Parts: sequence; structure tokens; C-alpha cells
Amino acid sequence: MKEIPLQTEVKPAKRLKAASLAKTRKRSDYFWAYLMIAPTMLGLAIFYLWPIIQNFYFSFTEWGSFGQYEWTGLDNYKRMLEDATLLQSFKNTGIYIIFTVPIGIFLSIIIAVLLNQNIKGKSVYRTLYFLPVITMPAAIAMVWKWLYNADYGLLNYLLSLIGIKGPQWVTDPHIALYSVIAVAIWSGIGYNMVIFLSGLQGIPKMYYEAAEIDGAGPVTVFFKITLPLLSPVIFFVTIMSLIGAFQVFDLIFMMIGKGSTALESTQSIVYLFYQHAFVLNDKGYAAAIAVLLLIVILIITAIQMVLQKKWVHYD
Amino acid sequence: MQRTKQLVTSKTFLIHFILIVGAVAMVLPFLWMILTSLKTYQESIHVPPVFIPEEFQWGNYKEVFGLLPFFKFMYNTVIITLLRTVGQLFLCSLAAYAFARIEFPGRNVLFLLALTVLMVPGQVFLLPQYMIMVKLGWLNTLSAVVVPGLFSAFGTFLLRQFFMGLPKELEEAARLDGCNHFQIYWKIMLPLAKPGLIALGIFTTLWSWNELMWPMIVNSSPESMTLSVGLSSLQGQYLTNYPILMAGSFLAILPMLILFIFLQRQFIEGIAVTGGK
Repeated sequence: MKEIPLQTEVKPAKRLKAASLAKTRKRSDYFWAYLMIAPTMLGLAIFYLWPIIQNFYFSFTEWGSFGQYEWTGLDNYKRMLEDATLLQSFKNTGIYIIFTVPIGIFLSIIIAVLLNQNIKGKSVYRTLYFLPVITMPAAIAMVWKWLYNADYGLLNYLLSLIGIKGPQWVTDPHIALYSVIAVAIWSGIGYNMVIFLSGLQGIPKMYYEAAEIDGAGPVTVFFKITLPLLSPVIFFVTIMSLIGAFQVFDLIFMMIGKGSTALESTQSIVYLFYQHAFVLNDKGYAAAIAVLLLIVILIITAIQMVLQKKWVHYD
Repeated sequence: MQRTKQLVTSKTFLIHFILIVGAVAMVLPFLWMILTSLKTYQESIHVPPVFIPEEFQWGNYKEVFGLLPFFKFMYNTVIITLLRTVGQLFLCSLAAYAFARIEFPGRNVLFLLALTVLMVPGQVFLLPQYMIMVKLGWLNTLSAVVVPGLFSAFGTFLLRQFFMGLPKELEEAARLDGCNHFQIYWKIMLPLAKPGLIALGIFTTLWSWNELMWPMIVNSSPESMTLSVGLSSLQGQYLTNYPILMAGSFLAILPMLILFIFLQRQFIEGIAVTGGK
């Protein structure tokens, strides 16, 4: 007799209990979630997000010699319009990008495709090509500066063997930027190669088998199968290389550096930013340069995003 | 038949030829660095160049240690790299787990905020970061490089991708056993995200070891200098003494080189992972 009412009563109670259980579970979910993201979010807020806002503010200020600053409105931005050095640094960075990005990507695709063939010694090649990637840019710059040395460098010696008088690689204003570009390409090939290689390994074998049955030659296969199927990876690498190239600093700082005759024709946007921010104590102007850099990178990325529809194939 | 076989061998030959030319170009600068570091100054500026030094000048390495507190630089760089890598692996994976596996109010907005940091070029926060370091009195301390380097939007994003790919059943079972989220994260998810952790670990290690601009800005005293910065100061002092400069360079890259030789597969797969996701 007792069991029947009990049973009818238990049901809603159980549901209530389940509901409150779900509620506590949810509450404990929130608790853990906030606790787990707290350190990273706080750190990002303090050291990254707040500085972004501050940098915008700084870009409207002018700094005195004792760290005090005052609001000067758009003065820094107006000044940029007439700054020939800034214009030159944009030109230098532009040349740097136009050469390093396409040539770097082209060479690393070639190497990746060759390494993706059925050949011996693959891992040895891969390791050797990867060496510059793990090497600090400061050391890379140093050894290349030595190789480039006009009087005692290995490069000019090798050129002299075939009767060419080598130029002043890093001090001639007409050549220095291209010397830096060559080193940038050299040191970046391994990184992109590894990414392309893993992209190539993701292409199903059946496409190649089908092409072989159709009697397609290696060039046709490369352009009709490999390139289209690799295009999402190429797109990714292009974006990352572009953003990276826009921020070139280490190599120019180490290879050319202050006081060089070639500085004007090589200094990049970020080099100029560094110069104004931390050498000339012209921090307001430096902040404005950083804002400009941000805007340019966003625009270039947006353009790439629009253009990708024309050439990137997603399955 | 004979012709196809010939074609295949000549094709293989061509591939090896191109790859070897490239590989020589990759290795030659390193070889020249090591050879030069063992020459006397006179040998280094000899025309035509001396390829193999008459007697290996190990003293050049000793001299580098005498000229600069190189051990101190090495120590600073190791500490900075270690703390940043371990710190990022822990903090990023914690946040990444929450973003990937727990639903909570504000999740998308907060994640978008983290992504903002990823999109913005580093120079935009450099100046204010420097001002923060000045206010905290952290200039010329290791904290100035370590602390901001503990937090990474990139790492959080990368690991979130990994956690999102793991099956839901795993944590359901653990929750029925009464595990809380931290326990699920620590005991179940973290071991499964190992490839992601290795990738982030290698990426952060490389980055911290090689970084130049930020350590140069905040740490200019020899007490707190890193190898990268030390190398640039060596260049300033010994403009033309290339055997010394090359010995310094080689010493600075040697630890990473050794690490790479032992962990080649992890390095290469790790980089592939950071690019592929």
C-alpha cells in the first residue's frame, strides 16, 4: 500500500533533483572554466590587450626627455605624411616583401615536392634544410656578414675565381637590401618546406595514380594536381610570410646596423619604429608608426582573404 | 623497358643533384662559421682564404668567455626559455581546455579577445609593455622577459584546436566517476594532446632562445642579457675580429643545435603542426 504513493511522489522529486544537479553541475562548469582561463586571460589583458589601447593613445601624444608626454592630436599622423624616411622605409620593406615572399615560397615548394618523391636520404636533406630555422637570427646575420665581407669574405673569393670582382655586399646602398633578402630567403626555406611537405603528404595518392594512367607528365601533374590541392597550404604560408616579412628587423639590425652607409636604403618600418621608440625617445611618433603598421597588415590580409576565392581550392 | 629505367635513374639523379646543391648552400655558412672560429686572426683575413687552419685555435672560445660573461648569458637564456616554455604549456593548455570543452557565458567574446592579440603585430604592444616594465621596476631583470612571455594567444589557439578534436565520450565517463574539470584536464586530456604540447613547446623554446628585440629593449645590462643580445653587443665591440665573432655565434647556437639533433622528429613535426592548423 505504501509503495504506490511513494512511486508517484518520487518521480517529480527525482526530476527536481536532476534539475538541481544539472544546475550545480553547470555552476561547477562555469567555476572551473573561469578559473582555468583566468591566468591566460588576465596576462593577455595586462600585457597585450591594454597595451594595444595604450599604444593608440600614445600615438596622439608627444614625449619629452623625462618620460612626460602631452596630447598633440593628429600631429604624429600629419608628420608621417611628410616623413621621407618613413616613405623610404615603406619602400624598403616593400622590396623586401616582393622578393622574399614569392621566391621563398617558390623555392620551398620545389624542395618539398622533390623531397616528397621516392628517393633515398630524405630525412638527411630535411634535417640540413631545417638547420637555419633553429639558428638564432643574430648568429645567422653574423656569419653572413662575414661571408659577405668585401675584402676577406668567402663569397667574393669564390666570385674572384671566375673572374668577377664582388661588390660591397652590405655597405653598398644599392646592393645591401638584396643581400639581406638573400639571407632571409635562405633562412626561411626550411620552415616553409616542412609545412609544404606535410601538406603534400595529405594529398591522396589516387590522384597521382589516376594521372599516371592518363599518361600525364610530371609538369602537368605538378600544375594540375599538386598546385591546386596544395593551394590552401600555399595560402596559409603566404599570409604568414607576408605578416612576418612586414615585421623584418633582426637581420637588418644585425647586418646593416647604425651608422652604416646602407642604412637609409635598407631600414624597414619596424627598424624605424625601434629607432624612434627606443633610441630617439620619440615614443609618440613610434606609436603612430606601429598603428600604421597594424592598419597596413590588416588591409593586406583582408585583400588576401578576398583574393583567395580566386585561386584557393578547398575540397 | 630499358628506356623507362634509364629515364627513372636520370630523374633520380637530377633530383639528388638539385637537392645536394641546395643542401650545400644550407650547410656551407655553418661550416665556414666553425672553420673561422678555429683560425687565428691572420688566417681569417688571408687572401686567398685559408680553409683549414694550421692549428685549431680553441683559445678563441676561451677568449669569448673572457670578453663577455658568456656563461651568464647562457644561464639567463636557459632560465628564460625554460620558464616561458613550461609556463606557456601549462597556462595555455588550461585556457585551451576550457575554451574547447566547457560551455560558459562569454566564451566566444573572451576567445575573440585572445584572437585579437594574435592578429596584432607585436610592435603595437611593445612600447606600452616597456612602460609597464619601467613602472614595475623590472628593467634588467629576467622577469621582464619571462612574465609577458608566459601568456600566449597563439598557444591557446593552437591547443584549443587539439582539445576540440578529442572525442566527447572520454570526459563523460570521467564525469560519471565524479572527476571535476581540472582532473579531466590533467588526467585525460593533457596526455592526449601530447602532439600539440610538443609542437607548442618546441615553438616557444625556439622563439625564446632566438628572440632579439624585446630582450634587447628591456635587458641591456650584462647581468640579465640573453645570448642573442650578447651576440649583438659582441659585434659592436669586436667589429672585425671574425674568429672571435664566429666562436661566439657558434657557442650561442650550439645548445639549440644539440637539442635539434636529439629531437629532430619532434622539431620538424612540431613545426608542421603549427603551420597546418
